[in-house]
Amino acid sequence: MSVVFQKTRGLTDVPTHYCPGCTHGIVHRLVGEVLEELGVLDNAIGVAPVGCSVLAYKYFNCDMHEAAHGRAPAVATGIKRVHPDNFVFTYQGDGDLASIGTAEIVHAALRGEKISTIFINNAIYGMTGGQMAPTTLVGQKATTAPYGRDPNHAGKPIRMSEMLSTIDGAKFVERVTVTTPAHVRKAKKAIKECFQVQLDGKGFGIVEVLSTCPTNWGYTPEEALRWLEENMIPYYPLGNFKRPEEVE
Amino acid sequence: MATAKPKVRGKVTFQEDLCKGCGLCVSVCPQKIITLDSNKINAKGYHPATVTDMDKCIACTSCALMCPDVVITVERL
Repeated sequence: MSVVFQKTRGLTDVPTHYCPGCTHGIVHRLVGEVLEELGVLDNAIGVAPVGCSVLAYKYFNCDMHEAAHGRAPAVATGIKRVHPDNFVFTYQGDGDLASIGTAEIVHAALRGEKISTIFINNAIYGMTGGQMAPTTLVGQKATTAPYGRDPNHAGKPIRMSEMLSTIDGAKFVERVTVTTPAHVRKAKKAIKECFQVQLDGKGFGIVEVLSTCPTNWGYTPEEALRWLEENMIPYYPLGNFKRPEEVE
Repeated sequence: MATAKPKVRGKVTFQEDLCKGCGLCVSVCPQKIITLDSNKINAKGYHPATVTDMDKCIACTSCALMCPDVVITVERL
């Protein structure tokens, strides 16, 4: 008899506060597993955002720092420059990274900071109760867009991975999702490659993970996964946008 | 192993206290042996996931890969 799956050492034993079926938990686990497998758990410093994952510092079993809303890449920059031998990552949602923190993420990438970012895109502001985010799809309902997002009024959703991939300092950019076990495996592979880019000293890396928000979308956890596949993936195509070999 | 039912057999263990009953494991199990136990309510107030027929488990780890609360441990027998 052999154990083929058990909880990673990369996560603490604190139960998460996330809603049932929220994919934050899956991505937390993947990050924890990758930190453990790369052997950097004792050397890693994570920066938690503001948003649903504001309490991420309780869940990752490594040193963690909390940042002001959107400023995780700025805080991570400071940590990495003072402690260049530590592995530094940020974990941010779309309200954090793609809205109030757009300047910070763009300029962290521009400077080629040797940090890694996990970007959770669930197309809505989760923690504050389902308001429209910059990533909310056209026609998608939110509390601040009761008739659905109107592109004439609010513009079209922002594609962060595509935008960041145009910046020279960004060396690894990939968009993944976690709607099926196969996608979960691919997501883990992408996170591992992204983290390796930092360990090799090559520059900035980001993995965007299309995620669900069953509570604010108003679906069951399983329906939310299908909604994501049918609506988000066509607008936010999955795949790798950049890896170090291509830019050198 | 003379009589070949499933080639690989497994055993999954749920930490039921921490299960939030989201049902993602139920939806991905290829053997359709996971169910939310409506006779049980855990400390969090949810019906926890449970396995109805452990003999059919093939240790594929699909349930564990999808569990957002990491409550599942999978063993291969």
